[in-house]
Amino acid sequence: MLLINCPWCGPRDETEFHYGSEAHIGYPEKPEELTDKQWAEYIFYRNNPKGWFAERWVHNVGCRRWFNIWRNTVTHQFGPSYKPFTKQPSRPK
Amino acid sequence: MSTVQFTFDGVTYHGNKGEPLSAALLRNGIKVVTESSYRLRPRGVVGLGYEEPCALVQIDSGSGEPMVPATKIELVDGLVVRSLAGVGDLPNQIDKARYDKTFRHVDVLVIGAGLSGLKAAQKAANSGKSVIILDDQFEAGGYLKDLNEKIDSKILNSLKKNNVTHLQRTTAIGLYDQNYVVAIERRTDHLSAEILPEIARMRNWHIRAKEIILATGAFQRVLVFPNNDRPGIMLSHAAATYLHKYRVGTFNSAVVVTVDDFGYQDAIRIHKSGVKVQAIIDIRKKVTGKLLEQVKKLGIEVILGSTVVNTSADQSGSLNSVSIAQTSLEGEVIGIKQEIKTDLLAVSGGWTPTVHLATYLNLKPVWDKKIAAFVMPKLPQNIKATGFSNGEFDKVTNPPAVFFGIIPEGEDAKVSFIDLQRDANVRDLRRAVGAGLTSVEHIKRYTTIGTAHDQGKTSGTTTMGLLGQLISKEPHEVGTLTFRPPYVGVPFSALAGRDLGILSDPIRTTPIHSAHLLANAPMEDVGQWKRPWYFPIEKENMHDAVLRECKAAREDVAVMDASTLGKIDIQGPDAGIFLDRIYTNMFSSLKVGASRYGLMCGVDGMVFDDGVTTRIAEDRFLMTTTTGGAAKVLDWLEEWLQTEWPDLNVYCTSVTEHWSTVAIVGPKSRNLLAKLAPTLDVSNEAFPFMENRYAEVAGIPARIARISFSGELAYEINIEAWYGLHIWQEVMKKGKEFNIAAYGTETMHVLRAEKGFVIVGQETDGTQTPQDLGMDWIVSKKKDFIGKRSFTRSDTTRNGRHQLVGLLPLDNKTLLPEGSYIVNEGDSKKEGKLTHIGYVTSSYSSSALSRTFALAMVADGRNQIGKFAEVPIGNNVARVEIVDSVFLDKENTHRDG
Repeated sequence: MLLINCPWCGPRDETEFHYGSEAHIGYPEKPEELTDKQWAEYIFYRNNPKGWFAERWVHNVGCRRWFNIWRNTVTHQFGPSYKPFTKQPSRPK
Repeated sequence: MSTVQFTFDGVTYHGNKGEPLSAALLRNGIKVVTESSYRLRPRGVVGLGYEEPCALVQIDSGSGEPMVPATKIELVDGLVVRSLAGVGDLPNQIDKARYDKTFRHVDVLVIGAGLSGLKAAQKAANSGKSVIILDDQFEAGGYLKDLNEKIDSKILNSLKKNNVTHLQRTTAIGLYDQNYVVAIERRTDHLSAEILPEIARMRNWHIRAKEIILATGAFQRVLVFPNNDRPGIMLSHAAATYLHKYRVGTFNSAVVVTVDDFGYQDAIRIHKSGVKVQAIIDIRKKVTGKLLEQVKKLGIEVILGSTVVNTSADQSGSLNSVSIAQTSLEGEVIGIKQEIKTDLLAVSGGWTPTVHLATYLNLKPVWDKKIAAFVMPKLPQNIKATGFSNGEFDKVTNPPAVFFGIIPEGEDAKVSFIDLQRDANVRDLRRAVGAGLTSVEHIKRYTTIGTAHDQGKTSGTTTMGLLGQLISKEPHEVGTLTFRPPYVGVPFSALAGRDLGILSDPIRTTPIHSAHLLANAPMEDVGQWKRPWYFPIEKENMHDAVLRECKAAREDVAVMDASTLGKIDIQGPDAGIFLDRIYTNMFSSLKVGASRYGLMCGVDGMVFDDGVTTRIAEDRFLMTTTTGGAAKVLDWLEEWLQTEWPDLNVYCTSVTEHWSTVAIVGPKSRNLLAKLAPTLDVSNEAFPFMENRYAEVAGIPARIARISFSGELAYEINIEAWYGLHIWQEVMKKGKEFNIAAYGTETMHVLRAEKGFVIVGQETDGTQTPQDLGMDWIVSKKKDFIGKRSFTRSDTTRNGRHQLVGLLPLDNKTLLPEGSYIVNEGDSKKEGKLTHIGYVTSSYSSSALSRTFALAMVADGRNQIGKFAEVPIGNNVARVEIVDSVFLDKENTHRDG
C-alpha cells in the first residue's frame, strides 16, 4: 500500500488514487501534421525506466485532482509531488 | 493453572489451560500426531511456534479452522481437534463469528515482544512517541519466556504508563511499501472453544508506521540425516521448553545433537527437568567455555566431531535409538557407528533470523558465515532490526559450525528429510541437481521444498546449505531466502472482516426500485446498479415477456426506468468548445433546449462512450453517459480539463442520482404524454424530435426530452429523483387505457438492436472506430477532437477491418449465441482450419420481425452484405445471411408517431 503525497490533500493511501502513466506527455498541438509514427509515439509509447520516474496520478476518491510525482520504480520510494503546469522539481538522488 | 478437557481424534484428554496444544499432546503421551502427506510416515511435534512443520490439526470446535499448527493453539476447555496429513477441510457451515478491521497510524511499530523488542518499545515510548507492539506469542517475553525467565516488570510497567498499544496473539502477516503493516489479532480462541458472538474473533490491523522495529526473533533449524523425521526428534529449543517450562514428562532420556552452543543450553534445561541427557553430539571438533564446563559438571558426556547418522524406531514409529559417528563438516561419515538408546533426540541445527518481513520489501538477506545464517540486509532508513532477528546471538562463545547434515545416497537418501511437511528429501535434492538445477529458486519449484504452509521456516537455509555442499558452493552463492506474505495462514474471513454479503459491494437502486420489486421483475446487475431485466405477467417466461414488451413498444406504448443513465452537469462559458473537443461531432452549435447524440473516442480513435447531451442554457449542458460508463467518463472529462486545457472555464459535476428518468416509448406515447401533461402542446410541430420542453407532468415540474433509443416515438420524462416513483405510478395508471407495458433492459436491448443502434461495451470492446460501426456520419470533418488523427492511421484505414452488420439465420428460429464465431460459407464442412471472419455481438428474438436476428462484427462487413456465412454452434452449423445492421424502419418514419 503506497503512501502518496497529494499536493492538495497531503499523504493518503494508494487506494484513493488512480495511476496516470508517464508525466509530461502533452497532447500534440497539431496532430494532423504528425506522421503516423509520431502520432503512434504520442498514443502508445511510454518510457519504463528502472529508477526515478515522473508520473501522473489522480486523487480520484479525494479531491479528484491530477498531479505529478517522482517515484522510484525499483524501491517504490516517492520523491516530491507537484501540481500540473508548475515547475518540475529536480530528479531525486 | 487449571485443568481442562479437550478432544483429539475423538478421544478426550486433559491438559493445562493456556498451554500449547502440542505440549498437552506430548504430556498425554501422543508422540505420533499424524502421518506425513506423501510417504505416510508417522510424525510428531517438532517445534514450538509457527515453524512447526508436522503437527498440523483441524479445529472442529467453534468457527473451525483447517491446518493450524498444534504449537499455536492455546488449550481451552472443550477444544475439539483432529489430526490431518497435509490437507485440511474447509468448515462446511457458515461461520457465525464476527471479524473486524481497524486502521491505525503510529510513530513506532515494534514487531516482536521479546526482550529486545520490549526495550526498543520502551525507549521509543519514553521519548514521547506513540508505539504499537505486535507479538504472535501467547504472552510477551520471546526467547526468555521459553526459558521460564521473567521480563523485568519495570519495562512492562513503563509501557503501560506510556499507553503503548501492546497486542499479543497478533501476527504481522505482511509488510508493504512506506511502512504499511497488516496484522491479524486472534482475540477469542484462547478464551473459549465456542464462538463468542459479542467479541470479534479476529481483528485485522492495518498500521502505517513512521518507523518499524523488527524484533521478530529467529527459528531453529533441523539437521538432515537418515530417518530424521521420527516422532521424538525435535528442535532442541522446543524439546527443552516442553520438558522444562511445560513439565512434559513423557520422555525417559535424551540425546542432544548440535552445531552450536545453544544445544548445550538446551541440554542443561532438559537435565534440569529431570530427564537424563546421555550425550551431546557436537559436529565441532573443539569447544571451550562455561557451558562446556557446566554440562560436564552435570555428568553429560560430550562427543565432539560427530553427528547423528541414523535413527531407529519402536513399533509405534517413535524414536528408540540414534546412531552416531565421527563426521566431517562436509557431511562425510568417517568413524564407526555407535548406538545410543533414547526416546528423545533434541536437534540444534543452528538459528535462522526471521527475516520474512524484510524480504516482502524485496530486500535480499545476506549470508553471515560467523553465525552460519542469513541475516537482515541493509534496511531502509525507517526500518530497524534488533535482537535475534538481527543476528545478535550474544550468548555464543564458540561460533556455530556451518553444517546442515549428512547427504546420504541410495535408500538412505529417501528417508533423509529436508522439508518435513512436503516430505521432500535428499533424493529429491540430488535429482534436482542431477537435472542441472543450481539455483535455490529452481530447486524449490522442482522439489516443492519450502512450498508448504510453513514456507520452509525450518528448511530454507538447510536447503541452501546442502545444495551448496552438493555443488561445492557457499550457501549465499545458490540464492537467498525469499518469502511472500502472508507470514502464516490466515482465514479469509479475517481478511474480509465485515465486508460480507450485502456489505461486500455497494448496491445502487433507482427511486423507482420498489415498484420493480412489487412487479416481481428479475434484476440484472449493470455495474453496481440493479436494473429490472423484464416484467413477467404471472408465470410468463423471459422469452414471452420480452416479446410482449417489445410488441407494446412497437404498437402501443411501453415504459422503462432509465434513471441509471449517467448524467453529468457541465457548466461554464467554454462548455461548448470543450464538448466539441470531447465528442466526435459538434456541440457548440447546439441550440438551447435541443439534444444531440454524441460519440466520444480515446486518443487511439476507438469508441469510448456515447449518449445524448442537451443544452440546458448557453453555458450549461447535461451530458448522459452509458449506465456503466458514468464514472469513467467524468474522470475522462476531468483529466482533459485539468491536464490539457486548464484555460477552459468549465466545471463538471455528477448528477446521476439527482434525476429520475422515465422513458415512454411507442406510437401512443404522445397520447399518454398529453394526458400526463395537459398544459403541454405535444404535437409534432410544437415538440419536434430531439427537442426539450418544460412542463408539469402529473403535477411535478419536469423536463421532457423527445429522444428515442428504439426508433419509436418516445419521450424521456426527467424529474427530481424524489418524484421518480410517483411519476412511474402515474404513467402506469394513465397508460392503462393505451395498454401500457413496463419493460426492462432485455426489451431495451432488442428494440435498439432492431434499429441497429450499438451499445458501447456490447458491440464495442475498445477496438472499434466510429467508421467500423458505420457511424461516419457522426465524425466531424470541420474540427479537431480527441482521436481524430487516429482515423487516418494505416491500421484504422486498412481494408478488412471488422465492421458492424446484421445477421439473419436462415432458420428463423435459430438464436445465435452471443460471442459465436462466424466462418466463411462452406468452411465448417472443410477439413483443417476454419476462416474466422467475425463474431456475433448481440442476438435476440424479435416480435416485430417474427424471427431471430443478430448484430455482428464481420471483416470487411459492409461489402459482404447479401452473402452467406456460417456460425458453428456446438456440433451444429447455422447458415446466416449477412444483412444491413438496421432491421426495422430504415426511413425513420416511426419516430414521429
